[in-house]
Amino acid sequence: MATFMMHMLVCGGTGCRASASDVLYENLKKEIKEQGLQDDVQVVTTGCFGFCEKGPIVKVIPDNTFYVSVEPADAKEIVAEHAVKGRRVKRLLYVDPVNKEQIADSKGMGFYKKQIRIALRNCGLIDPENIEEYLAADGYEAMGKVLAEMTPEEAIQEMVDSGLRGRGGGGFPTGIKWQIASKVAGDQKYVVCNADEGDPGAFMDRSILEGDPHSVLEAMVINGYCIGATKGLIYIRAEYPLAIKRLKIAIDQAREYGLLGTDILGSGFDFDIEIRYGAGAFVCGEETALIHSMEGERGEPTFKPPFPAQSGYLGKPTNVNNVETFANVPVIYNKGAKWFASIGTEKSKGTKVFALAGKINNVGLIEVPMGITLREVIFEIGGGIKDGKNFKAVQTGGPSGGCLTEKHLDTPIDFDNLIDAGSMMGSGGMIVMDEDDCMVAVAKFYLDFTVEESCGKCSPCRIGNKRLYELLEKIAQGKADKEDLDNLRNLSMVIRDTSLCGLGQTSPNPVLSTMDNFMDEYIAHVEKDNCPAGVCKDLIRYEIIPENCVGCTACARNCPVNCIAGERKQLHTIDQSLCIKCGACLEKCKFNAVAII
Amino acid sequence: MTKIKSLADLRKKKEDLQAKIALREKSDSPEGRVLVKVAMATCGIASGSKDVMEYIADELNKRNIDAIVSQTGCMGYCYAEPTIEVTLPGKEPVVYGDVDVKKADEIIEKYIRNQELVDGIIPVNYQTIENNKEE
Amino acid sequence: MIKLTIDNRTVEVEKGTTIYHAAKKLDIDIPTLCYMNLGDLKIEHKPGGCRVCVVEVEGRRNLAPACATECADGMVVQTHSIRVMNARKTVLELILSDHPFDCLICAKSGQCDLQDMAIKMGVRSIPYQGEKSTYKPDFSPAIIRDMDKCIMCRRCETMCNDFQTVGVLSGVNRGFEAVVAPAFERDLDHSECTYCGQCVAVCPTGALTEVDHTTQLVRDLADPEKKVVVQTAPAVRAALGEAFGMEPGTLVTGKMVAALRRLGFDYVFDTDFAADLTIMEEGAELLDRLTRFLEGDKQVKLPMLTSCCPGWVNFFEYHFPDMRDIPSTARSPQQMFGSIAKTYFADTIDTRRDELVVVSVMPCVAKKYECTRDEFKVDGNPDVDYSVSTRELAMLIKRLNMDFNTLPEEDFDKPMGESTGAAVIFGTTGGVIEAAVRTAYEVHTGKTLEKVDFEQLRGIDGIRSASVDFDGTEIKIGIAHGLGHARTLLDDIKAGRSDYHAIEIMACPGGCVGGGGQPLHHGNPDVIKARQKAIYKEDSGKAIRKSHENPDIIKLYEQFLGSPMSEKAHQLLHTHYFDKKRKEVLLD
Repeated sequence: MATFMMHMLVCGGTGCRASASDVLYENLKKEIKEQGLQDDVQVVTTGCFGFCEKGPIVKVIPDNTFYVSVEPADAKEIVAEHAVKGRRVKRLLYVDPVNKEQIADSKGMGFYKKQIRIALRNCGLIDPENIEEYLAADGYEAMGKVLAEMTPEEAIQEMVDSGLRGRGGGGFPTGIKWQIASKVAGDQKYVVCNADEGDPGAFMDRSILEGDPHSVLEAMVINGYCIGATKGLIYIRAEYPLAIKRLKIAIDQAREYGLLGTDILGSGFDFDIEIRYGAGAFVCGEETALIHSMEGERGEPTFKPPFPAQSGYLGKPTNVNNVETFANVPVIYNKGAKWFASIGTEKSKGTKVFALAGKINNVGLIEVPMGITLREVIFEIGGGIKDGKNFKAVQTGGPSGGCLTEKHLDTPIDFDNLIDAGSMMGSGGMIVMDEDDCMVAVAKFYLDFTVEESCGKCSPCRIGNKRLYELLEKIAQGKADKEDLDNLRNLSMVIRDTSLCGLGQTSPNPVLSTMDNFMDEYIAHVEKDNCPAGVCKDLIRYEIIPENCVGCTACARNCPVNCIAGERKQLHTIDQSLCIKCGACLEKCKFNAVAII
Repeated sequence: MTKIKSLADLRKKKEDLQAKIALREKSDSPEGRVLVKVAMATCGIASGSKDVMEYIADELNKRNIDAIVSQTGCMGYCYAEPTIEVTLPGKEPVVYGDVDVKKADEIIEKYIRNQELVDGIIPVNYQTIENNKEE
Repeated sequence: MIKLTIDNRTVEVEKGTTIYHAAKKLDIDIPTLCYMNLGDLKIEHKPGGCRVCVVEVEGRRNLAPACATECADGMVVQTHSIRVMNARKTVLELILSDHPFDCLICAKSGQCDLQDMAIKMGVRSIPYQGEKSTYKPDFSPAIIRDMDKCIMCRRCETMCNDFQTVGVLSGVNRGFEAVVAPAFERDLDHSECTYCGQCVAVCPTGALTEVDHTTQLVRDLADPEKKVVVQTAPAVRAALGEAFGMEPGTLVTGKMVAALRRLGFDYVFDTDFAADLTIMEEGAELLDRLTRFLEGDKQVKLPMLTSCCPGWVNFFEYHFPDMRDIPSTARSPQQMFGSIAKTYFADTIDTRRDELVVVSVMPCVAKKYECTRDEFKVDGNPDVDYSVSTRELAMLIKRLNMDFNTLPEEDFDKPMGESTGAAVIFGTTGGVIEAAVRTAYEVHTGKTLEKVDFEQLRGIDGIRSASVDFDGTEIKIGIAHGLGHARTLLDDIKAGRSDYHAIEIMACPGGCVGGGGQPLHHGNPDVIKARQKAIYKEDSGKAIRKSHENPDIIKLYEQFLGSPMSEKAHQLLHTHYFDKKRKEVLLD
């Protein structure tokens, strides 16, 4: 059995590879062989470390040495010094940007503190279908503590002190919400978990329910105790079958262990939870619409007040919180409000889960402390832009959010800063765009979504969003004039100003924020009939560059409408009248002979 | 299963369970068992983690390797699904990404059997609440 | 009390008052399209959907809907700032951008809230053009749904669901495709619609209208081969004047008769005649059941429910089919009129029934459906050929260029034009039962009433109860108008909680005066109350005020029917009811 004394991990992510990490890998192997260490030191390529700004990365274990910006030529020195003599190569160590100190051990690097997993603490750690694993991970400890040792008032105060704000998008202080619901008198009250996650691209709630369902159940019991509710309802979209299955298992197990039901842990407090299914309407994430949907009514919002805390499910006082919010709750009681409040910014405490997507290397789910900058999220955790392209914008807050640009990259992320910047936190979707994205097309994409998902109750949202979409389409087709741009802005402002619920009040955000930050692109579409990013089909055409074309026929063979003519080894041409602009020719050409004009 | 009837009961239960799981996860003895966790959230399943989990369980059995294979939630590395985490006795857990059946075979043969790292490790880039101490 | 400032003026209002009502106090009119308040009828509809009523509230991020936002102390409101006016106009332009521009030929033209609003806002062009939503038009026997014209005010839903508890109309689909429709977007004809027409009565646009029979009517009037007979329901005379600029509550009986005669009807008769006949039959049935009950007959079904309202009949056939043996079997006055006209009267003028066209003028759209029922046809020929609404009659009078205001007062023709005060009050809630009591009392006790006015049966509350002393026997009477209120009483009967002997039910608010075929009240409940007053005025002015004293009714029994509840009466004046429960609807 081979036992390596040392491992050298070379980052094989796209970013590092672009900086020749593959050559570095080969060089390291060669050097080790030359030194005769092939049985003692193993070289391995890894996935992206997410630290692409300082790539290529080499990590040496067991001593956890973290080398940055390593070039292929450095291989010799690393092997000679580190592997042979056991001395670190100081000049390749990471330098802390704040105190300028060299940091050898990666565990000491700020980079690793950029993600703190609170809501996702058990996701990927425990078996979600086994309550015993949750119990071993301090599960139901918080609930036990609250039921046995705290009065509802004390427990609510703890929540207020923690500074936790609703993670579903609104950012309303959770403790205050509980306080209001606790003070309203009612013979029956309800706790509702909003698991109607609807933002395109956001899936943190699903991941929590799939990976750690008990944390939500535990939080709901605590919430029930605080406000005096004995019934809990989880409103979940039927499109989440796995989450539903695991929730059901979790509820059954919790009942079996006496952690749901009557007289929980001998406290005399009763609480039980039922699951309600939604049909996946985006607007049902709005709490009044959600409640109507649970009541069997049409899922559309009603004017607030009355708030659900006053008159909610079946007209009874109801507290609605979202999944991620609930997932934070047990930790707050276990580790204390003070601990929680020590993370984050002044007005936004704790962490936030983001679903990173788009033109970014590390697509996935991350949990970061509030106050982190977009730059850190995108370029360090997210591993930077794919294929070495340039960053253009990041869309936060789902379809109701806005596009933020280069100038916002160093803004600390929290609820208020994002709104000031013209976007919002939303449920935590984060879609990164690069130079190939057309901002008119982006706005159009989001409007298409809101047009589909509007409930249709109020006129500005029902008709206005449709008209916004049509105006954007007109612009994308090069048929619009400057007056249309004025109309677009006026309409956006009016929809924002007059819509009934949050959906319509925010749906013009993608339009307004792209108009604010990328007006030149709108003007190019309108005045020059030109889509600078080369996305809007009506404004581009594919052409063959004669100097580059070798007549390989690859384009002609792959054209689905046979609109490319040309003999073998002769110049090919595209018949523009037939071309459907699918881009297959561009993709297949190996000689850079097809271009978007 | 008898119901947990009080907070004291709950804490006792937790200690028992923690001991049991610690034994299984952190055993230093050479007989200590290997723990393989497969991320089985929707993202993982959509990328084929079910097949991978089945394969690993079957193969470890066939190859007489004493191991526990369990499922878990999403680790967050959605760009590299399916992901699995392998913990060898006495070692830090290692996460592998883009694990298909072929890769799983390589991990079993090289890493689990011979403790030889295999390409495709995903570096852990987050802190847990346990190691987030007040600075 | 709460003190706030609206348009720089201070106003004090009670807690819970909305900005809309606070502004009203200062005579500031905030325009709305979806809001509706029927005051005493206890229907307030404020979905906050049209967003035309938005106002600026200091310190608020966005504009607030005046109709739904409650006043708060120290609030500062601007109802006509530039921001508000721009938003209001833009929202209106949006609504118009999804509306067909066929105002010239729209049934609601001139009566349309949306049209009025466009005029008021001075809309001259629509900057936001695009796709318009289109739907298949739905033609039922009584109501036409043209949802292209729907602006999603949802008033119809409130009437259908909350007031009538019929539950046919609700919002379906999402976003731009959202529309009000029966479940699964079925036709009204395949739903549990009662055709009460309250949706039509409150629709601000031409999306919901009644089926138009005026073209057919003009053709029949012009046909020399046909003899055209018209009957007019009691509530029509109390509302028709409104269509010609008269104050609500102006009685126009004589002018109406004159107009009908000038339109070319061969015989201008009165449904009131048949209402007297209804009392004879229904009163006899009530007395029969009552006597048997008082004698200890356990089989007899009490309370007896009235059956002259076709919306109500449809309602219990759909929603309470197992209780269909409780209502009186007496046909409605419209149908009694039809069957007598096409038998007794046709004989007197020596005309075949198929040469005779019987037309009714009704405050109602359900009547249009009622005359198509198979049980009211003889060999396929309907007793009443078709029914036109008060609105349609007004339109016809205008079309024929008559100056209604200067028409002389004329009398109905004989014999089916003679009626009593008891018949007139059929037009209001409580009237049918009062008329029945006047006759039943005298028949039962053999005494003459000193005072025929039973004030305890009158009023506008949705559910009322009263008792009448039948010479020592206390008769308990329930009254409901609005099908939601009817449902409450029916549920009580079902649960054995009801001790009424007789119950009167009308589908529409206020009874027929508030019918779905009446001139639009535009959400003003005072209009309905004024019409009700007019009805009682007509009654008190009548020489004869008890149905059994109508000389032509007495003659009808002597010459033709024999006695009330006779075999002939049963055949011509009574009916039976069907179980129309959902199952059947879904199967067909």
